[in-house]
Amino acid sequence: MSTPDHTASWVAVALVVLATVLVGGFGLRISRTTSDFYVASRTVRPRLNAAAISGEYLSAASFLGVAGLVLLHGPDMLWYPVGYTAGYLVLLVFVAAPLRRSGAYTLPDFAEGRLESLHVRRLVSILVVGAGWLYLVPQLQGAGLTLKILTGAPGWLGDVLVATVVMVAVAAGGMRSITFVQVFQYWLKLTALLVPALFLVLAWQGDGRPRVSFDDQFAVFRADHPLYATYGLIVATFLGTMGLPHVVVRFYTSPNGRDARRTTVAVLALVGLFYLLPPIYGALGRLYAPELRHGGDADAAVLLLPARVIGGLGGDLLGALIAGGAFAAFLSTASGLTMAVAGVITQDVLPSRGVRHFRLATVLAIAVPLAGSLLVSRVPVADAVGMAFAVSASSFCPLLVLGIWWRRLTPPGAIAGLLLGGGSALLAVAITVSGAVTPPGWPHALLAWPAVWSVPVGFLAMILVSLATPGRIPPGTNAAMTRFHLPEALTSARGAGRER
Amino acid sequence: MSPETAPRREVVTGEPRRVRPLPRYRTQAEIEEQTALGGAYVRSLMRSQLRAGLTVFAVLALVAGTLPLLFAALNSAALVWAVLGFATYPPLTLAAWWYVRRAERNERDFARLVEGRPTP
Repeated sequence: MSTPDHTASWVAVALVVLATVLVGGFGLRISRTTSDFYVASRTVRPRLNAAAISGEYLSAASFLGVAGLVLLHGPDMLWYPVGYTAGYLVLLVFVAAPLRRSGAYTLPDFAEGRLESLHVRRLVSILVVGAGWLYLVPQLQGAGLTLKILTGAPGWLGDVLVATVVMVAVAAGGMRSITFVQVFQYWLKLTALLVPALFLVLAWQGDGRPRVSFDDQFAVFRADHPLYATYGLIVATFLGTMGLPHVVVRFYTSPNGRDARRTTVAVLALVGLFYLLPPIYGALGRLYAPELRHGGDADAAVLLLPARVIGGLGGDLLGALIAGGAFAAFLSTASGLTMAVAGVITQDVLPSRGVRHFRLATVLAIAVPLAGSLLVSRVPVADAVGMAFAVSASSFCPLLVLGIWWRRLTPPGAIAGLLLGGGSALLAVAITVSGAVTPPGWPHALLAWPAVWSVPVGFLAMILVSLATPGRIPPGTNAAMTRFHLPEALTSARGAGRER
Repeated sequence: MSPETAPRREVVTGEPRRVRPLPRYRTQAEIEEQTALGGAYVRSLMRSQLRAGLTVFAVLALVAGTLPLLFAALNSAALVWAVLGFATYPPLTLAAWWYVRRAERNERDFARLVEGRPTP
């Protein structure tokens, strides 16, 4: 055992940051038009786009958080990565192609296009910015933790570093450059977990394959109602993925609905491939870093394992590789989210549009969560991300699914569903984070895993209020439905001229 | 990238105007003009697509709904680790692949219907 050598990790982090800026700069050179800037001119082919989506999606929660949770609470926590992946399947079967065909760039665009109501648009904008910020905070905090553990830097430095790099990359190059950055970062993340995992498993075999025991966990789940908490997690992640702002924006970069579907299949394969690795780190962490269960920084397990198990120069180098991958995870997800939030701020908050205002919005989009990450105390990364999923599942999921498949949806119904579903989930999350209700007992379980009740509330409110206001069905509903569902072969000549 | 060497950037806004061709088939015109008949066509396409989506979703919900109960009954952490960690991802990808094939077939059938070609 040795303490990791800080030089190798510094170099790895510096290289990832440099590569991100350089690849972003390459994108900037070819990012000529406004359309390039926002949506990469809608020309990203399925395979490239799938790697970009996966690169963006695999966040700090996946790279560090999952292994940390398995170490801390046992294999039940693997529902998180399963849910992150299954969420894409639900997105595929209900939303992917129609959302692309709707021509919406952001969720507010979709809401306005479908319901023809500026009120709904405003409300969705607020929720999108809120969910995006909620998701950005743990990314920045994870970066702070990583840098602190690997290099001994003060905790705030990582937060500020990631926020700055993201701001520069997004503001400078926009979507096209970010697409290349994220493709690069997917493969970097996969390599950064795969190569050390191979060495770790070899070292474990060399040790005579000691048995990993999951039986001594001091808390099976963080809840005293583990089964309820598991279902809460499943509902939130399965249904919440489709509404995450950075996921929605990405679909618009596909050339058409058919490619959006094919892209999603490739995303499922790539994301699933990546998620084979964190369980290995979680199990080995229980074996080789058991004291992390009592310390509180279980998210660091992935980072510490190479030095623990292998040691020496090899351990340092593998640790540096993981550090680089972790930084790629923070940078890619944070850039995607910042891009999406900044898009909404540009369109719905700032007075006029244009690339210059987008850059101003980028600063806003990242500065607020940075302040949040520095001020709010740390919640485990995967938990904080899970809360963003719960809010998304209770508000955006009903809006998208009913908006795409149900002709009787009305603006008042949508507003009621968004407020009651999303609002109650947001409130439950806020109460949990504030610590007003503490663990033993049902009140805490219900508030910490709200999706089980808040998703039905959102759907029911949307359906019932819509049925009660049949006079408010938007006049363009039938046209919208035709646009969402008609295959490109029958519309391509017209559709191309109609999009922005 | 110094300013001298960088190529001049031009901001091009707006899409090139395209001539809108006349619909080639009568059914296509019915759909575009949103007649009752055109609406019925679109509804039938939506129904077949929704059926494909609900099939996948129902299987997923069934499996995800019963697995936690099964795990609680068996009480074996190693089994949970193996199933959730490794065995779930291939079926998820396969389900996605099946759905895409089904959805694209629905759309092809629909296009044939609209164009008045017989189904093979």
